[in-house]
Order: sequence, then C-alpha cells, then structure tokens
Amino acid sequence: MPDFNHLIQEDRVHRDLYTDENIFKEEMRKIFGAVWVYLAHESQIPENDDYIMSKLGLRPIIVTRDSGGTLRALYNRCTHRGATVCRKEQGSTKAFACPYHGWTFLNSGKLSGVPWPEGYADDFSDAKFNLAQVPRVQSYRGFIFGTLNLDAPSLEDYLGPARTPVDQWLDRHPGGKVAISNANRLKFSGNWKLAYDNSADGYHVIFSHRSLLAMENRLLTEDEKGMAFYKDKPDEAPMYVQYFGNGHHFKDKRPNIENRPGALWEIEGPHPGMEGYEEDLRARLGDKADRVLDIASSEPVNINIFPNLLILGNHIQVLQPVSMTETDTTWYGTAVIDEDNELEGAVDDVNAIRMRTQEGFPNFGEVDDLMNFEQIQEGLAAEEDEWVYMHRGLGVEGRITTDENGVITGPATDEVFMREYMKEYKRLMLSEPELKIEREVT
Amino acid sequence: MNHDPSKTSHYIGNQYYADLVQNYSDWQGDDNEISDPILRESCRRFLEKEARLLESDRHDDWLGLYAPECLYWVPASVGGGDPRKEVAVAFDDRRRLEDRVFRLQNEYAWSQQPISRTVRLVSNVTVFACDEPSIVMVRSNFLITEFQAGDKRSYTGWSGHRLQDRDESWQILVKQVNLIDCDQNLRNPSIIL
Ligand code: FES
Ligand SMILES: [Fe+2]
Repeated sequence: MPDFNHLIQEDRVHRDLYTDENIFKEEMRKIFGAVWVYLAHESQIPENDDYIMSKLGLRPIIVTRDSGGTLRALYNRCTHRGATVCRKEQGSTKAFACPYHGWTFLNSGKLSGVPWPEGYADDFSDAKFNLAQVPRVQSYRGFIFGTLNLDAPSLEDYLGPARTPVDQWLDRHPGGKVAISNANRLKFSGNWKLAYDNSADGYHVIFSHRSLLAMENRLLTEDEKGMAFYKDKPDEAPMYVQYFGNGHHFKDKRPNIENRPGALWEIEGPHPGMEGYEEDLRARLGDKADRVLDIASSEPVNINIFPNLLILGNHIQVLQPVSMTETDTTWYGTAVIDEDNELEGAVDDVNAIRMRTQEGFPNFGEVDDLMNFEQIQEGLAAEEDEWVYMHRGLGVEGRITTDENGVITGPATDEVFMREYMKEYKRLMLSEPELKIEREVT
Repeated sequence: MNHDPSKTSHYIGNQYYADLVQNYSDWQGDDNEISDPILRESCRRFLEKEARLLESDRHDDWLGLYAPECLYWVPASVGGGDPRKEVAVAFDDRRRLEDRVFRLQNEYAWSQQPISRTVRLVSNVTVFACDEPSIVMVRSNFLITEFQAGDKRSYTGWSGHRLQDRDESWQILVKQVNLIDCDQNLRNPSIIL
C-alpha cells in the first residue's frame, strides 16, 4: 500500500498520484465507490421506464426510473455470465433482455425470466440472480448520485455547504430547474485529478486562456468581455475561492459583476445570434429583457462536487476516469424550461442564445486547458522529479479565513482549495470502506 | 438596417434556424441528384480546393470561400439535431468563424501548439438540387488525418455543403460536418474540419 502520508504533504503532492496504476485502482474503490458519485441528471430520464447508461468509476451502470418511478442504478452486467444487458446509450424500456442467452430483467433489476428454466435445478426467485444494484441512489434537485458505501453520510450532508451555490445556480432559472440539452464531449490523455485540480484554479486563467481572452475582445478597444476581470490583480478583485469540506470547492466570480439586471449579459463575449435576439427581446419585453438576457448568459461560478461533477457557467461538466491516463470530460449543455411562462414567451429565444453561449468555452477555452493537462502528464514522466506544488497562499499572513461552519475562503488565485481537497483525498485513500451491492428488489 | 456580419450577429435568428433545419432534412433523395458531370466536377474541384486551403493553413483564403452570412456547423448528434435546443460540437456564424481563425492564428492557442498538420481526402461527391435554382446541396465523404506532437489521429464522416452559384464558382452558405463519432468524446477537436 502506498504511503499516502508521504505522498500528500501540506504544500505538495507526489507525482505517483497521477502516474501509479495501483493508486488509480484504489481510487476506483475508495473514491469512485465509497463517496457519492454523480451518475446522471433527472431530465435525462424524465418518465417511468426511461434509462440512461452511466459509470460508477469503471463499473458499467444503467440509471433507470423504474416502472414504479424509483430511481435505480443497476449494474449493466448479466448475472448469468457477465454480458452487458443494455447496449443503447439511452431509451425507454420495462425490461432488459440479455443478448447472449436471453435472461431478462425488469428495470428494477429483478430477474423476470430465463429461457427453458426446466434445464435448471434452481429457484429463480432467489435474489442472487437479480442484477446487482447500487444500494444508495438519491437525487438532489435533479442531480442523481449513487454510492456503494452504506456508512456514507446522507447525500444532503455530503454536499453540505456546497448546496447553497447549487441551489442558487438552479434558482436563477424559472421553476428552479434546467434540462440537459446534449453535450460538448471532450477527452484528454491525462489523469482525472488534473481536471479536478484545475476546476477552481483562478491562477491559470489569463495564461492558459490567453488566446480566448484575446479572441473575445478582438473587436473592442479594451478588454472587457468574458474573463477580462482576471487581468491585472485578480487577488484584489472581489471574487474568491472556497473549500466546503468533503472535497467540494467553489470559485465565485459573481461579486466581480454589478448586481443589477443586464450586467451578466453585458460581459458575454460575442456569440452567434446575440445582437438580433437582443434587439427583438428588448422590443418585445422592455425592461424585463435584461433579466431574460441574463438567463441566456453564462453564470460566473465554478461549483465542484467531488469527485466528478463540475457545475460551471451553464454547464454540467462530468469527469469520467477511463484509465490512469485517460479521462472523458463531458460538458452537458443545459436548457431553460419555463412551465409557468415566467419569461413571457421568450424561453425558446433564450435557449437559442444559450446553446451558442455554451459552445464558446469548450471550443475556445477548454481545449487549451486539456492540452495543458496532457502536458502535465508528459512532464510527470520525469521520475526523479517527484513533487507537484500547490502551496500558493500557504503561510501568507491574512490571505485565508475560516468561518464558523468550517468553510475556508481565499483570494481568486489561491491554491488552498487544492490543498484542502487533497487532505480529504488522503483521508479517503487511508480508509477501508466497505462497499456493498444490493440484489434484493424493494 | 445593414449589419456587417463580421462585427455583429443579426442573421442568426428564428427564421434562419427554421430554414436551416428544413434545408438539412431529407435533401438527399435519389430524385434530387444532379447527374451533370460538369456540375459535379466543378463542385468536386471546389471542395478539393477547400481541403487544400485548410491543409496549408491558409485560413484567411479559406474564409473567403464562405458567404458573408454563412454557417460552419458540426452537430453533436447523428442527423444534426435541432441547434435551437441543443449544443453542437461547433455552430459558427461569420463572426465566430473569424474568431476561430483569429484564435488559430494566435500563438497562445495552446491546443494548436504545435500546429497540427493535416491531410484531407474528399470523395463520393454527389450533387443534389434544392428549391432554389442558384443553390446546390453537395454531399461528400471525408477522411482527415491529423498529426500533432507525435500523435496521429483521424476524423471521418461526411459533409453537406450548401453552395451558392457565384461568378463561375461557388460560395459556401452552410457547411455541415457530420462526424461518425459526433456523439463521442473527442480528443482536442481544435482544427477546422
Ligand atoms: S450472459 Fe446474459 S444470458 Fe448469458
Ligand atoms: Fe480553465
């Protein structure tokens, strides 16, 4: 067993965290098994009998809303000889028939039949033949999580203070909800933690995203769009980073923006259709247009729910480890649903703008970060050069505060959130969680 | 009012989206195919020129092949989907296309440092008529091999070009690029396809 007390120190972590196959294997158990892992969004399976494929770590999972309406995370693994029973990304069905020998399972996981049962001496009502399933599956306002750890805290407690920004992120939309609307799907040749380390990193922005910043402002005389507020002295700007406990962290850029309708829309970079729609909406809605246009704009937050859910801008980004050095990062777009017509008929226009605002960052920003993550993985091949530093802010008087709930706050470019989540990572890697599957269908 | 589509984006709106979705559904019927070999040859040469300009990083010349009010569209779902309701791999109007080229020419676009080398095969060119006599729809298959930083990878699929007849040649109104893996996770999709 690697010595995590040595590998994770106050100011730095060892390269093995990103390069050691054994550590990756352990993570798939002790993290992507033992904590609440994001699996899917309820808007992807809105009706009973809907399902969508997912992963819990490397375990193939089918997230279903079963015929009785219960959310479940079934192992996509036939109890007979192990074939996957579901091979379509998403759909609607009451039962999954295994293509190999025809065993059939209800969308609750219960075995419903095997061909020619007279050839068996068994009683197929024994739960051992039902599909395995994740024993704890729960949704927080549409975000579906699962864990194999019966000793894990409740999902609400796990999210803890991170619930506040998640609630605020949802509540800026009509009805307090959003729906997934396809995705910008990317991947990189690097360890999954490189993306999680980066997710509240305010230090990299003007360097890694230099081309995006130049692009967004190329038609203006001064930089004022997009991430321009990172220029000069970002640590003196009102934005901040926070650590919430349980590995979750947060970068809040909202305080940089004036608190009035229309302020968000004003800093949006150029996007297809924006001027035409804006003119139409202003003519139609008058003063109300500013609020409507803000909903089409990107929300300046990064809410990072350990280990794999990153809510940023209007995206729901999901990190999926594929191997020690391969990671999928899927940027789900979100659409507004306006059941009570709060937007006075503008919802389709808002979504038509919002789809385009969401394509900007994955196309012109994230690709540069992913290249940097890949190049970290390259650099870490240097075996004797062992340490990765995350000590920005450490020991600097007056930079970091901790409130009565234990929430830690630092300036925008501080690496305190990385150091803190690494402490939690260490705690998890040193623990011996008991992972359980369920077969009994209740 | 006249707007410069390089500076502000007015033409992408509800009418544009509706026409786009309409123009890109059911356009490859056998009855619509134009068999005229001269026309086909002219389209083929035009597409090969487009590929050549991209292979040689002549991005400004490449932009010159596009109409002022144009679209470069790489859907993220098979069949194209509805861009009003879903995000695409890319959905670039004139200004965003110029943004894209600006970024590719910026030495701080790390995803393109070093710049990718590409070779592009274009084949199976088939020309289809549409409602407007001065416009044709062209389907072609492509195979792009990209080499960057020691790694060779490929993009493949088919394109649907909507071409406007212009002074003995063509102008691109819309280019829809249908990757066979458009709904999968892509590694560094930062070149123009
Ligand atoms: S492996 Fe599924 S029925 Fe045999
Ligand atoms: Fe970034």
